[in-house]
Formats: sequence, C-alpha cells, structure tokens
Amino acid sequence: MAKQHVTTTVNNDEFEFLCEPKASMLDVLRDELNLTGSKEGCATGDCGACSVVMDGRLVCSCLVLGVEMEGKSIETIEGMADGEKLHPLQQQFLDHAALQCGICTPGVLVAAKALLEKNPDPTETEVRYWLAGNLCRCTGYDKIIRAVMDAAKEMRAA
Amino acid sequence: MQYEAPQTLDAALSLLAGATGQARILAGGTDIMVQLHMDTTDPDMLVDIKNISELRAITETDGAFTIGAVTTGAELGENEAVKKMWPGVVEGLELIGSTQVQGRATIGGNLCNASPAADVIPALIAANAITNVVGPNGSREVAAEDIPVGPGKTSLAQDEIVVSISFPARGARAGDAYLRFIPRTEMDIAVVGVGISLEVDEAGVCTQARVGLGAVAEKALLVPEAAATLIGTSLDDAAMEKLAAAISAACRPINDRRGTIEFRTDVAGVMARRTAKIAYDRAVG
Amino acid sequence: MDNSMDVGYSADDKELKFVGKRTNRPDGVDKVTGRARFGADARLPGMLYGKILRSPHAHARIISIDTSKAEALSGVKAVVTRDDFEDRDSEFVPAGEMMVNYRDMVRNIMAREKVLYDGHAVAAVAATSVTIAKQALKLIDVQYEVLPHVIDVVEAMAPGAPLLHDDLFTDGVEPKPTKPSNVAKRLEFNMGDIASGFAEADEILEKTFDTKPVHQGYIEPHSCLASFSENGSAELWCSTQGQYLVRAHCSKLVGMEISKLRVTPSEIGGGFGGKTVVFIEPIALALSKKTYRPIKITMTRDEVFRSSGPTSGGNVRVKVGITKDGKIMACEAELKYQAGAFQGSSVQPGCMCAFAPYDVANVNVIGWDVLSNRPKVAAYRAPGAPISEYAVECVIDELAERIGMDPVDFRLKNAAKEGTQTAYGPKFGPVGFVEVLEATKALDHYKIPLGPNQGRGIGSGFWFNIGGETCVNLNVNEDGTLTLITGSPDIGGSRASMCNMAAEELGIDVGLINPIIADTSVLGFNFLSAGSRTTFACGLATIEAARNAIENMRKRVAQLWDIPLDAVVWEDGAARPASSNAGEFEPMTLPEIAKIAPKTGGPIAGHAEINAQGAGPGFGTHMVDVEVDKETGHVKVLRYTVIQDAGKAIHPSFVEGQYQGGAVQCIGWALNEEYVYGEDGRLQNSGFLDYRIPLASDLPMIDTKIVEVPNPNHPYGVRGVGETPIIPGLAAMSNAISNALGLRMSELPMSPPKVLKAIKEASV
Repeated sequence: MAKQHVTTTVNNDEFEFLCEPKASMLDVLRDELNLTGSKEGCATGDCGACSVVMDGRLVCSCLVLGVEMEGKSIETIEGMADGEKLHPLQQQFLDHAALQCGICTPGVLVAAKALLEKNPDPTETEVRYWLAGNLCRCTGYDKIIRAVMDAAKEMRAA
Repeated sequence: MQYEAPQTLDAALSLLAGATGQARILAGGTDIMVQLHMDTTDPDMLVDIKNISELRAITETDGAFTIGAVTTGAELGENEAVKKMWPGVVEGLELIGSTQVQGRATIGGNLCNASPAADVIPALIAANAITNVVGPNGSREVAAEDIPVGPGKTSLAQDEIVVSISFPARGARAGDAYLRFIPRTEMDIAVVGVGISLEVDEAGVCTQARVGLGAVAEKALLVPEAAATLIGTSLDDAAMEKLAAAISAACRPINDRRGTIEFRTDVAGVMARRTAKIAYDRAVG
Repeated sequence: MDNSMDVGYSADDKELKFVGKRTNRPDGVDKVTGRARFGADARLPGMLYGKILRSPHAHARIISIDTSKAEALSGVKAVVTRDDFEDRDSEFVPAGEMMVNYRDMVRNIMAREKVLYDGHAVAAVAATSVTIAKQALKLIDVQYEVLPHVIDVVEAMAPGAPLLHDDLFTDGVEPKPTKPSNVAKRLEFNMGDIASGFAEADEILEKTFDTKPVHQGYIEPHSCLASFSENGSAELWCSTQGQYLVRAHCSKLVGMEISKLRVTPSEIGGGFGGKTVVFIEPIALALSKKTYRPIKITMTRDEVFRSSGPTSGGNVRVKVGITKDGKIMACEAELKYQAGAFQGSSVQPGCMCAFAPYDVANVNVIGWDVLSNRPKVAAYRAPGAPISEYAVECVIDELAERIGMDPVDFRLKNAAKEGTQTAYGPKFGPVGFVEVLEATKALDHYKIPLGPNQGRGIGSGFWFNIGGETCVNLNVNEDGTLTLITGSPDIGGSRASMCNMAAEELGIDVGLINPIIADTSVLGFNFLSAGSRTTFACGLATIEAARNAIENMRKRVAQLWDIPLDAVVWEDGAARPASSNAGEFEPMTLPEIAKIAPKTGGPIAGHAEINAQGAGPGFGTHMVDVEVDKETGHVKVLRYTVIQDAGKAIHPSFVEGQYQGGAVQCIGWALNEEYVYGEDGRLQNSGFLDYRIPLASDLPMIDTKIVEVPNPNHPYGVRGVGETPIIPGLAAMSNAISNALGLRMSELPMSPPKVLKAIKEASV
C-alpha cells in the first residue's frame, strides 16, 4: 500500500513522515516519531493511555489515523514539562503518589491538563467523569483525583 | 487502502462514485478505527469528510436547527442554543464513550454506524429528526428511524453522504430527554436506551410525543404505541405503567454479554418512565 | 536468611528519619514525563515484528499446520510452530505462588497435539512490519478436528465431561483412579474433629457460592524484545514481575544455558500476578534464534484477555457452626477451582486461607484442581484466597446476623491472634487482626446513618505474605553517593521503600541513593515481585547490604585509625570512635570514606544474598456502603474504608495505594468483571469495552487506615501489604448489597441483571 506524505506539528516541532494509510496516530507517534510516552493499552479507545490533544481537543491517538495528522497541531506527554520545570499536574502526581506502575499516567496527565484548561475549578465529580476514559488498575483513582484537584487549586492561585 | 480527505462535498461524491471496491466514509472514526484494528473491516478507500465545511455547520432558522453531520459530541455540548432546544439529543451524543471519544465521535457517524445500541439514534428518532442525504442523483430527506436497517447496516447507498440532520421547530412547551442503562457510569455500550420528546399544553397535558428505543432490537425503534400512552395524560402513575408496558412489549432483545432478554425488557420500561419524567419536566419548564 | 540478624528496633523506639516518610519516588519524574521505558518502548536496529496465530476453537485436535504460503510472503523472515519447541518432561517448578509443569508450559506457549482454549497459540511469524506479519498469519493453514469443550468447573468435574488430557489421573485420591478426568488434584486440610464441632454448634449455615473467572486487568499488554546472537547467547527485554523466572522458563523452553540468556526487566505497567509466567517471550526467542534478528512481540488487548493467565472461577461450599453466643465451633469447605487448560490452579492457597482469620478448633477443607477449556490461570493478587474467603466471609456475616451479633464483634470474638493454631500448619506469631477489627469498630464510617436502599457490609481477609530468595548490592560511589542494585521489578513504588530503608540504616539523606533494578546478569537469583514479598524480602536484603556496607566502611576507618573494628561505630552517616577510650578522632563521613577508598583497599560495597524467612501474615477488613437501584439492579458504591495491618508502612503513600487499588479491584470483581463465554466456548468480551473494570466515575474516595503491628522478623516490622487488600472486599460488597436489599446473594459478579433477578425472586 502506498504511503502518504504527512506534515504535522507535535509539541511545537514540525515533523514530516511517510504514513501507511491504516496506521493510527499512536503508531506514528511511537514508531515513526519515537515519542513512546503515549501508551497503547487497548488500541480501541477504551483505556485512554494514548491520550493526546489535537488542535485543542483531547482525543485517543489510537482512534485517529496517522494521515489525519496532516496540518494538525498535537500535544503529547513529552511536551508537558517546561524544560526541567514540571507542570503543576506532574508535580502534584509525584507529591500525591498518584501513580503506581505509571503506564496510565501519561494519558491521565494529558487528559487532566485538557480538563483544567477548559475548567479551572472542577468539582470532584467533574474530574471523575472527565477522566472516566482513562483506566487505571493500580490506584483506585483516589490519589489521582486528589492530585488533579490540588493541581487545579495551585494553578488557580498562580 | 487509499485515504482521501476532500475539501468539498462534490469532490467527496465523485470520489465515492468513482471508487473501485469498497469505499467507506470516515467521520469521527471512533468505530472504523476499532474495526480496522480488529481486522473486521478492510475497505479499499476511506473518504474523510471532516474537512467539508458544510458538514460542520450548525444553523438555526426560526427555531429549526440543522446540525452538520460531522459535528462532534464535544462541539454540540458547547452549543448552548441546541442544548436548550434539544437537550435529549445532546445527551445522547454526549453519552458516547469517553471525553476523548467525545472529541471525535460525530452525530452523523453514530447514526450511520447503525449500531442497535447507538445512543444518539433513539434521541434523533424521538426528536423527529430528518437526515439530509446527498448522492450522485441529488439530495433526499430520510427520517432518522429509516437510516439504520439492521446491525451496522443502513438504507444509504455506498455513494451517498449524510450532510446534516434537521430538527423541526416546535412550541415553547416542549422537552426531550435520553437515558440509557449501563452497568458502570460511563464507557459502556447501552444495554437499553430510551429517547422521548413531547409537547404539553398549558394545563400540562401531553399533546404530542415520540419515543425512540435502542439496544432491544436489531435496530433502534420508533415506538408509536409507547408515545400513545403519554398523549392526553400528565404522566401520572397510571400513564407511566402503561408506558413501561408498551415499551417492554416493543422489546425484542437478545441475550448477550451486555444483558439478558429478561433484564433488557424489564429495564427498558424503567428507563422509559424515567426518561418521560425528565422530558415532561423540561416541557412544563 | 541469616536468622541471627538482629532486630534493631521497632517502629516506636527510635525516631525514624526516612522509614515511614513519604519520600520522593526515584522513578517518578520519568513516569510523569513519558520518559520511562515500558515493555513496548524498546527497539533495536534490524528489529522484526512477531505476531501469533491463535486458536479460534475452545478445544480441537490439530490435524496439520501448513506454513508454506506464509513463509513465501515477501517480508516474512521466519515462522515457528510446535515443531520448533522440543517437548519437555513433566517437571514442576515454582511460578508465583503456584507450581507449573514444563511439560504443560511448552504446550501452553505453543499448542502441540490439541488447542485447549480460544486464543491458544498455534504458530508465530516474524516479518519486517506488523502489517506483513498479520497478512502472513492469514496464510497459515491449520486443519482442526473440533472437539466438545467444557468451561464451567462443576461441569468439567462431571462424569462424561469432555476430557482435556487423556493422561490426567486425579492425584490425592485413594485408590488412584484408573480413568482419566479433568480433575488434576484433590487436597485436604484437617484440624480437630469436625463432626463433634458441628455437634456442639447451635446454629449451622451451609451455602454454596460461585465466582466467575476474572483478569488482572493490567493496562500494559505483555511485550518483549528478544535478540539471539550467532554465538548462542541471547538478550531479552520484557515486562515482567520476575526477570529471573523468565530466564529460567525461557532457557528451559528454548534449550539454552541460563548464563547465556540475559533478561532485562522493563518498567512494568501493572502485573498483579499476571506477569509471573511467560507467554510470548519463548516465542520471540525462538523466532530470533531462526533469524538472528531482534524480534519484538507485543500482545494486543484481545490477546491479553484470551491468551494470558487470568484467575480461576470457583465453586465453593462453606459450612460453619457456631454457638448462640457467637463462638465458631466448626468450619468446613469444599473448593472447586478452574485451573484452565493445564493443572495448577490457586486452590491450595485458597484452602489454606479459607478459615485462617479465625481461631477455630475444628476445620476441614477440601480442594479440587480442575481443568477446563480456558487459558491456564496465573496468579492474581493473593491467588486463590479471594474466592474462598469471599464465601467464608458471607457465611460469617449471615451467621452474625442470625444470632443478632454485630459483625465486627462476631469477628473479634473469633479472631486469630498470636498463638492461634492454623489448619494449614503453623501457629501464628504476633498478628494484627484484633487491632484491625478494633480500628474498624472505632471508624466514623461505622457510625454514619444509612439512607433508603443503602446497605453497609464488612469483610475480612488473610494472606500469608512470603519471603524468598533475594540479592542486593549497594555500591558506595567515589563521590559518596550510593547505587542500590536490586533484582525485584518495581510494581508500585518499591524503589522508594528500599531507599527509605537503606537511608535509615546508613544515616544519610535518601536522595543520595540511586536505585537500579538489575538485569539477570548483575545479581544472583531473585524470586518474583509477588506474594507481597518485595518490601519485606528485598527490604531485608537491602538492610543487610546496608549493614554490610557500614561494616566495610567501619573496617576501613578502623584500619586508618589503627584501632579495633569494635572501637568504631556508625552513627548519622559517619564512622566515629565508640567512646573516648577508643581514641580522639574526628568522625569520618561517608563521602570522606568513599573519597579515600582507593587508599584503604579499593571500592566499597555492601552485599546481601538471602532466602528471607519469617514474613508476617497480613489481615485486613473492608467496610463499604452501597446504594442499590431496586428497579435496575445497579449498585453504587458510596463509601469505602480499608483497614489493614501493614506491620510497618515504610512509605505510607504506597501502602495506601496498595489498599486503595486492591479495594477497587474487589469492587470490579464483585460488581461487573467476568469472562463471558459463548456457546462455542469462545471469549465474548476480550476488551475493556465489555470487560468492565471500575472507572474513576464509578467510585468514591477510598479511605484507608494503616494499622501497624510490627512483624518481629523484620527490623522495621514490615509484613507486606500488596495482596491482602484484594480479599476482604468481595464479601464486604456482597454483605453490603445483602444489607441494602434484605436478601443474600451467593454469586459474583453481582452485575445489574443478577441483582435485579435476585430482587424479583425475593419479592415473589
């Protein structure tokens, strides 16, 4: 099958690549661009471990074709910290021990960041429903929810 | 597989018309991507219709809304005017999948994927929504309930495209609602879904009603017998009992990994009662 | 283990600087930035992609496998089938807390005579892309003779059930059966006189409970990268709970010396017992051996559900007799556990744990290990115990209700304590069940009034916790920092706990210690990160290595100061003269000692090679409030508290995390998780869409209460905390739903259709 040429922006860096039409954005991020922070837990949009933001919308990168990245701007976990300064969410996740194995963490962080950009003062229920598509099997979500709430508080105060 | 992302409707139509082999339309992709991964679809061409501006527009004329087919759940949920007039339709679309899926899944895609358990279809049926379809021979209007014909099957030809979905204007005392039953609180496929739209008079008596029912048959159903139980009532307990009975009678579900025949039939009635109450409360204001 | 190792101090008699503190997690930043490398994140030059052809049948004889068309496809570099794996003799070896047989394992990783479950591997290809590999699978022609299948454990035991293996004769039955069956083994544990126990009882309750198979549900699919060299050695990178057992199994199955295989564990994206055995790793090695190219295999989610090692479904009959004032007189149980397609379910620990929480004189437990056409089970967090203890705790709760006794008081009255004789063998040393129950009674949660359709339930649980073989190296670097090298994969923050203990021993800042999880070439054998052993056993070894390093540093200083070793003590990170009698010397700090190491004898390190014994049993109780929608059977969890004895929480955040995660796995197991099989014996819900693990939106906060009754066999009192939390919640949920509805359910999951059915049947 003929590959298609794609130009895209990921974390403010421009990339060009040749893409198999059936490849997902997740495949491209991981295998072409070596951005392996986005994880594959299911490849069917059920676990959220591959969450990225595309043109301002939170999506599962496994549910987007690589060729659909053409002209788009993508944000992944690799773009979340500012140099050595972690994003408040990243720091709160560490302070709260909101991760155990850490495989779901990149997706949860990307999703939580998208939430706080849309709603800086979410209720616990709003956080829980926003993150319903991010499965975590280790933590029972308790510390994740607390970390997101505290990050929101910190970001509002900043 | 060839991927095309035309900028105009004409270009999309000619791609479909000229396709050799199987061509599929790509809207939000939240179903097709899964099918590609699971190897249950293998089209020769995907025509991505998301770049066509007329498929993205939401317009209103004298209270009648037309919603572009590739409007996502996230976009519709941000449209206050539509939410005010058709909260049930918005609820249906917004219940599909996660926040992530909401960023992609479209109103037209959910309709044309034709899942018996699709969340937006019962709400569209209840809303008396009309689908605007174009094809090589021009355009036609199709009632929402006539798009799906069976699991994953529609009445559309391979070279036809759903451009938009239109909702009729209606009186001030009208309301709609959609509820579904799922085992968890999110992320599941509906075990039962009920959309109800109704209008009431000044005394709060129901004058018009439409009921859409999902996940209990090979496709989402319009259930006029259920609507009839509401008309002329104020949704009193007796009417609610009749509604539940009419709904349960309309069910012809299967046993599967999501629910049993008995459970679906029972819970459909329960969901119908609850949905009707919400729609009614919205109608009386 | 060196049993003379002194128990330095308990949690109370010394002010601890790092143990018990919420220190920074050494691997944390890499995990919040996406940098951490998990199983699927590795690649090598020249790498090929492996994909596996899997059985579409639950049970079938393989007539033939023709791979010629696949091999002819451009881009395909190798195909392996059963012919590429030498058969192995029957030999049982430990895997997790269960035993596995190499003769079975070689058949489980690649079907030989028959396919025994939907998803059983039949062939594998290596190709230059995943797409080509998938195309090649379609070109492999397998001829099957489809056979009748059996899934359910009770049906599998019935005479005339389809036989999985015609050479399997039930072990543990006298006389030895002459006919083969699906029953691999019968076990029995006895104590006292069960008949006279029941004779003395005023109330006897006997019930049978059913549980469905469930999956560990780790979010990271199995993934590995194998690279065979022409010199006969190989490297393997994989996501595992134990690189040394991967090495042992793979070297056996592929046929190579242990020293030639170097296994590096990736960061692990969840395991819960499911990553204690091998599935794809020997296949990747075999493909690499054929091609001398690196082979990467990553399971899809569908493969994880169909083809890895979920846990048993079980059928458990429990009979308990009590006096009218609430003393348990006799306990009897019969456990039937699915092993999957090969023998070796977790029925033995299930039997041993069943009544362990209670001080009962008369106990009889019988267990059956039963095969059926399901994937061979692996461990899932306290393997076997949740199934049996769920049944027992439901019966206990109902008996307490019958005699009008508070369920916590009832458990307190019968709770196992120091000196209690268990039915499975030992007498308990100091254990914290009474303290857990007292903490439970004192909870505010216990006093919150319930609304309509709401119910409260409690359940308790016991897990042994284990020790085992462990090696640790602690290198003192030239600049006075330390590198802590352990061989236990970190599944939930154990590196932080190890650093806390090492820093406490050394009297230095925890940030000076950098922990590394070693590949198999670095340290001697380490058992799995499983059995709630890591913080206990790896912790013991870490402490011993730190003490060894301290002793080595004291020796250097004693030599420098020219005084006896005894005259040099170690305090607050420095060597000091033991008293003024020893001489007048300025203390030497660790960095000072490190700096002059070349002059005092060369590099300094501490080592420990131990087989840790004396793990402290863990007891816990869960309290949960639920609300039931009586029209739909939907259950909402309102409040949840976990109370558990940790012995000592080395890092309280991660202890809480274990409690919370375990509790939520209980909620999933209790409410919605189950393997759903079709009439054809194929799994119908092999994805996270229909295998419904709990979501953030399903849950309340999970409150925790850490009880600390120190384990005397660990310097800081550690017991191990990972597994007990998955036990009490199943019964707690069942008892809460019972309380809300005024009826008793006896099966899991309590999914809405089942709850609604129970409500309707009760109202008839």
